[in-house]
Amino acid sequence: MLRGGTVIEFNNVTKIYKKTFTAVKDINLKIDKGEFIFIVGKSGAGKSTLIKLLLREISPSEGIVTYNNQDINKIRKRNVAAYRRNIGFIFQDYRLLPKMTVYENIAFAMEMICCQAKNIRREVPLVLSMVGLSDKAKYYPDELSGGEQQRVAIARAVINKPETIIADEPTGNLDTETSKEIMKILTEINKRGTTVIMATHDREIVNHYQKRVIELKNGAIIRDINSGGYSDEPKED
Amino acid sequence: MNPKKISYIFRQAFKSMWRNRMMGFASIGSVTAVLVILGFILVIVLNVNNMAMVAKETFDQIAVYVLEGVEDEQIVELGKSFRKIDGVMGVAYQTKDYALEKVREDWGDDAYLLRDLRNNPFPNTYVVQLSDVSKADEVIAKLETFEGVEKVRYYQDAVNSLIKISDFVKRLGIAVILILLLISIFIISNTIKITVLNRQREIELMQYIGATNGYVRGPFMIEGIMLGLMGSCVAILIIMLGYNYSIDYLAGRYIALISGMSGYLVGIEMVINDLIIIFMTIGIGIGILGSLVSLKKFLSI
Repeated sequence: MLRGGTVIEFNNVTKIYKKTFTAVKDINLKIDKGEFIFIVGKSGAGKSTLIKLLLREISPSEGIVTYNNQDINKIRKRNVAAYRRNIGFIFQDYRLLPKMTVYENIAFAMEMICCQAKNIRREVPLVLSMVGLSDKAKYYPDELSGGEQQRVAIARAVINKPETIIADEPTGNLDTETSKEIMKILTEINKRGTTVIMATHDREIVNHYQKRVIELKNGAIIRDINSGGYSDEPKED
Repeated sequence: MNPKKISYIFRQAFKSMWRNRMMGFASIGSVTAVLVILGFILVIVLNVNNMAMVAKETFDQIAVYVLEGVEDEQIVELGKSFRKIDGVMGVAYQTKDYALEKVREDWGDDAYLLRDLRNNPFPNTYVVQLSDVSKADEVIAKLETFEGVEKVRYYQDAVNSLIKISDFVKRLGIAVILILLLISIFIISNTIKITVLNRQREIELMQYIGATNGYVRGPFMIEGIMLGLMGSCVAILIIMLGYNYSIDYLAGRYIALISGMSGYLVGIEMVINDLIIIFMTIGIGIGILGSLVSLKKFLSI
């Protein structure tokens, strides 16, 4: 696994919604370049808040979030878009645009941030083959299975070659077999040097891969181990 | 802004218009509907206004009939005195022969009916031009005091009521147009809002991918402008055809009325330029406004 310097850092970060609800409190976290990290915890534990803070969708009530040593909340509003290009995002519900073909969905992400048509024509087939969907380029999302759709979404997330991939429950809507395919692609991407942060509920996957695990409970980190399973507690299921 | 970005924004706008064509039709439809109603009211107001103007011009004259047998010298004197009255702009003299000749001309082919006329029944007439229609009463009162004046004719009641009606129609028309404009902005911004709402995900996604606000907003604005423009073009076409048709229809039905009123109706070619400018402006304005207003909410992620 490739490891570089610190890419993401949370320093005493607390987020309080509407002055009363504390979503995350006193988070301290360092993520190195090239890491693969599972963020685990029950619903409402603060996983989504963590991700939103990282995407600068919300700002922390206290503390600092840095990306490559830059306080991301000091980024000017008009530069937020440029900042987000460092991060590829994968959603639980894929979020493909239904009126575009697979090819167009991926090309869309490139078009959004400039790229010449020539580059688009070269790059899109490459990513498509990486996720194993070369033959489905002309399909529409609703003609694909869930796993295939998620693979398109992954292709879209990596097409602009981001340093970091954030995946929010990417296997949440998929069965075990399909989840494995998705995980295979994500670990492959990680092997090429991309930092991957994946929020998940999936005990089996986390136990199988034995990566760094950060466990959240009631908004606080209760466990951060470099290599391990979903939980220290014995398996219940 | 570089050309590449502009071409991207335009391409994107056209693509997304095609992908969302049903909503597009709805937007165009609502723009068209509102503008057509607006246009018809505008046309009516313009016509009534024109009618009043023409009528004013025609009727700001007072005809003063001179008694039979008044000497020429005295007639000249009368003219001079008329000219001195306050509120009179000018005076023109028409001999009885001229009056008869004019009728003959006006009647054209039917003029043979006048063949058997033995005496010229028309009086010598002074046409007194008013400088201000509101002074008509005073002028008439003075004119009637002169010796040798047989009768003073003036279509005052007609003019007054016409002016009243036209003022009323104008006010009503402007009020209705204002209300309609508000309604149309509301309807169209709602339509665009639905379009945007439909594409909330797309907009969210753009922001997650890292598209700048310009990239997100650009295509929507172009789309709004295009939809507004298309709506106004359709509206202009409908108004043009409809207006021509109704004039033709009226002409076919009521030839007499039309030939008598031809001066009062405004031809389409007089209105169409203003109409095109007004409609295009409204269409584009509504398009930009609608897309900006409805996008604002979503550009905050």
